[in-house]
Amino acid sequence: MRILPSGSRGLLLELDSLEEVLRHYAALVEEDLPVLDLVPAGRTILVVGDRDTDLRALADRLGQVRPAEHGRESGPAVEVPVRYDGEDLAEAAELLGCSPEELVRRHQEEEWTVAFCGFAPGFGYLAGSRFEWDTPRRSSPRTRVPAGAVALAGEFTGVYPRESPGGWQLLGHALVDVFDLDRDPPALLVPGATVRFVEAS
Amino acid sequence: MTTLTVIEPGALTTVQDFGRPGQAALGIGRSGACDRGAHRLANALVGNHPTLATLEVTLGGLTLETDADVTVATAGARCPGAPHLSAFQLRAGERLELGMPQAGLRTYVAVRGGIDVEPVLGSRATDILSGLGPPVLSAGDTLPVGTTERPVPGVEVAPVPEPTADLLLVPITAGPRRDWFDDDAWELLRTQTWTVDSRSNRVGVRLEGEPIPRRREGELVSEGMLRGALQMPPSGLPVLFLADHPVTGGYPVIAYVDDEAVDRCAQLRPGQQVRFVQA
Repeated sequence: MRILPSGSRGLLLELDSLEEVLRHYAALVEEDLPVLDLVPAGRTILVVGDRDTDLRALADRLGQVRPAEHGRESGPAVEVPVRYDGEDLAEAAELLGCSPEELVRRHQEEEWTVAFCGFAPGFGYLAGSRFEWDTPRRSSPRTRVPAGAVALAGEFTGVYPRESPGGWQLLGHALVDVFDLDRDPPALLVPGATVRFVEAS
Repeated sequence: MTTLTVIEPGALTTVQDFGRPGQAALGIGRSGACDRGAHRLANALVGNHPTLATLEVTLGGLTLETDADVTVATAGARCPGAPHLSAFQLRAGERLELGMPQAGLRTYVAVRGGIDVEPVLGSRATDILSGLGPPVLSAGDTLPVGTTERPVPGVEVAPVPEPTADLLLVPITAGPRRDWFDDDAWELLRTQTWTVDSRSNRVGVRLEGEPIPRRREGELVSEGMLRGALQMPPSGLPVLFLADHPVTGGYPVIAYVDDEAVDRCAQLRPGQQVRFVQA
């Protein structure tokens, strides 16, 4: 683990793998750290202090935190009903060397974990635990991806919380709101949550 | 309840406070006032708690009318048409008309009691990037004003430095991806004079100048970033992240601007010049 400087308020923990990020993030949220924010990402966790935080002391403490045994399954279990009618289903299947039916089956059988959020409020980057996913992004991003779109890119799948531009391959659409201001927390897919996609009936 | 009516909103006026800290792991950025110091000062001058909401006015142009007597103060960029850095009374039916500032970009208008619109996820800040918070002000909007018991401090004029139109010296420290750039690139970042691009907004200040070459090829896995990050896209032209920056970014951060100096950078106008100095 490397600790990199990130301005007068932040430290960036750099780890070797997404699995390491998940294990460290699970440990850090259990610690009573004097921080404003912890931002997990693909290979890093940004630790954000406030103006009173002594970054040197914080760095010493971060260096001593032992990663949790399991980073996955540290959050709630969520089931997301999906209609697999996405515009890129056939193309994404071809890119992954399988039939559309096979892709849908694999997407549903996979045990997904919310590795981190970003891009937009409530947009979770979901990593699989079994299948080696590596889906190229669309060569030209769409200017308009509808809210609820279920999509694939790289090693991740995700659900667009609201209409936005986007370059991921669209598999279908979810029949639940992944971001709802009247819910606490508003994001359905929080870091550490395990997610299953099921066929919408 | 006292209300303010927006007669003219100006080019861009939003409601702002200190934003939504602590929710970045859910993809929710902090947002809030771009110049936090000016927001805090405007509030202090009318006796408001610093967390109450003010109006952030970009390049002046705001006209408001009040339906009851209110105490108002402005801070940040000085606009003609209103007292600056001191509290004043606006009588029922009177209008506040802010002209265009000669220097600086963002003016904070505090009203005693605060702008009392409904909070979203704990904050009244408009986040341009995520769409969270109250909408950008438009003509005809009415804004509720809250109440406060705190005393008005009775400061005649706050003696603080004001934004200037001159070259701004900005202290920076090496960022987490400094090693993606060689020493010549770091020198080029620090020795040249950058010009603020007109596409700058609440997300970031875009800079024009001689592009900074990158030593490493390939893409960075997206990582968390803070306001003050100097992100370096493939164009080699840096973007300085302000209040509405995305929670994570995929371009390497070569340097960070000191947190206090980000407030001064939030007052940079298109065409203004900047130099980075090592803090």
